[in-house]
Amino acid sequence: MVRFENVSKKYNQLEVVKNLNLEINEGELVTLIGPSGCGKTTTLKMINRLIEPTSGTIYVNGEDIRKQDPVQLRRGIGYVIQQIGLFPNMTIAQNIAVVGKLLGWSKEKAAARVEELLEMVNMDPASYMDRYPKELSGGQQQRIGVLRALAANPKIILMDEPFGALDPITREQLQGELKKLQAQLHKTIVFVTHDMDEALKIADRIVLMRDGEIVQAATPDQILRNPANDFVASFIGKDRLLRSPDEVKVEEVMITDPVTIEYNRGLAEALERMRKSRVDSLMVVDDLGSLLGVVTIKDVQSALNRGGTVGDSAAPHPIAVYTGQTVREAVFIMAKHNVGYLPVINDQNQLKGLITRASLVGILTDVLWPDLSSSHNVFTSTTKEAS
Amino acid sequence: MLETFNKVYTFIANDPEQFLSAIQDHILLLVLVPVSLAILVAVPLGILASRFRWLEKIVLSITSILQTIPSLALLALMIVLGMGIGPRPAITALFLYSLLPILRNTFIGIKNVDPFLKEAATGMGMTNMQRLRMVELPIAFSVIMAGIRTATVICIGTGTLAAYVGAGGLGVFIVRGLQLFRNYLLLVGAVPAAILALLADYLLGKLEYFLIPRGLRGEQ
Repeated sequence: MVRFENVSKKYNQLEVVKNLNLEINEGELVTLIGPSGCGKTTTLKMINRLIEPTSGTIYVNGEDIRKQDPVQLRRGIGYVIQQIGLFPNMTIAQNIAVVGKLLGWSKEKAAARVEELLEMVNMDPASYMDRYPKELSGGQQQRIGVLRALAANPKIILMDEPFGALDPITREQLQGELKKLQAQLHKTIVFVTHDMDEALKIADRIVLMRDGEIVQAATPDQILRNPANDFVASFIGKDRLLRSPDEVKVEEVMITDPVTIEYNRGLAEALERMRKSRVDSLMVVDDLGSLLGVVTIKDVQSALNRGGTVGDSAAPHPIAVYTGQTVREAVFIMAKHNVGYLPVINDQNQLKGLITRASLVGILTDVLWPDLSSSHNVFTSTTKEAS
Repeated sequence: MLETFNKVYTFIANDPEQFLSAIQDHILLLVLVPVSLAILVAVPLGILASRFRWLEKIVLSITSILQTIPSLALLALMIVLGMGIGPRPAITALFLYSLLPILRNTFIGIKNVDPFLKEAATGMGMTNMQRLRMVELPIAFSVIMAGIRTATVICIGTGTLAAYVGAGGLGVFIVRGLQLFRNYLLLVGAVPAAILALLADYLLGKLEYFLIPRGLRGEQ
């Protein structure tokens, strides 16, 4: 649908797009993403000839765009800009129908199309048509911005950070709506963003750029699983990367400050400490921090009348994992021994941390439901915090 | 004081036609004609200046220089330049005076249209002319109107000097009053001119409000 062939753009000596080759397929939603100055917006604007490439060729529908009249070309391509970009002197209906007007639509045709589009995003045509942009909220305005791009039913739509100026909640809503619209309409959409969460949520394919070059072009899943290099990995952010439990070491997910008690303390003190920290087990350690055993609330209660120290009541030789073992091994041990937590020790038997079920949830959701974890990042990160 | 007002009243009542035709001349010849001509020239020039850098400097500096020439000197200059006396030199001078405010405001109004809007318009497939007509001029309208209001008020005030070159208007009473040391005659010319200036500014403001799309009201 859109093809870049060896496209470069130079401003004086500065080359902002370097020998770009990219094919965007029909019905595909591609996000161009990268740090500012990476050439993503320039790349987008070359498609509708707002910027002319210095060299190379761009094909739209198989035709070299340099051979087409730019005005005609643009009328066939929807365009949504960063700032909301509605014309303040026109009503909502006039804004939506503006390309139709350029194409010479009749009044009836324009009005029918406006109504149809407003209904598509659940905005009552009767109450919105004759309002002016400033009488709408930011989110409503950008909905209109998207409708305006859709109005003449173009096959290709260019979106230049369309949701960047909106508050996070409205942004999420509009991303969701865009996804829904895209599922119905199957447009070819080129979407520029600098927000990785946004790209992961909406893109069929992510094109990551740096210094005018494509670093990686792949589906969100591929990019999360196999980032091409360190730059991609760091741009995605460590939290979002999908990693297998075979790669992740226990110390990466363990709690580093488990509730402990020294072996020579009394049982009443053990109970008090459990109550305070709201746990049902304590790690029993010696003066050097070596793990001697685990004492549970049951152990303490049954021994309370007998008296003595926690060291006497603790179950010795607790099941534990060593630092350096993988999450997969930890899960295996927990399942085999049917325990809810695992102390983590080093080779000197010193207690380093504790693995709980909660600390495993984050990594396991990544593996089992990658879609869920990429689009609802908030979910995984909060559970990690909670653990 | 009361005596002066009585004299003013008697003067006007004795020959109302003379008074009214002076007002009519003032409005038509010294305001409507020069301001309309200035709009016809300055608005297109302002648009062109906003499109071409090289024109921007030339046009703005020429009109600024014109504005710095004292009004009486400009009127005299018209006579020197062979326009003779009567309405012609006055209309020409007032036209030149009106150019700057209208031209500058047209230029600034269009230059100040949000560049994102201009890009949106072009990116959507508007031609240069369509963008001008559908987006830039409507948005710049109130700024251009402000320039026209300024030009109108300037013409009403400076127009009183036009009597010196025999162009008629309310200035006639002022000039005569000065020559004959009759203070009440000064009032016959000056007070209606001041009222006219206020009234014109008010009416143009109303007109602007009426013509501007609701979406742009109250954004000045």
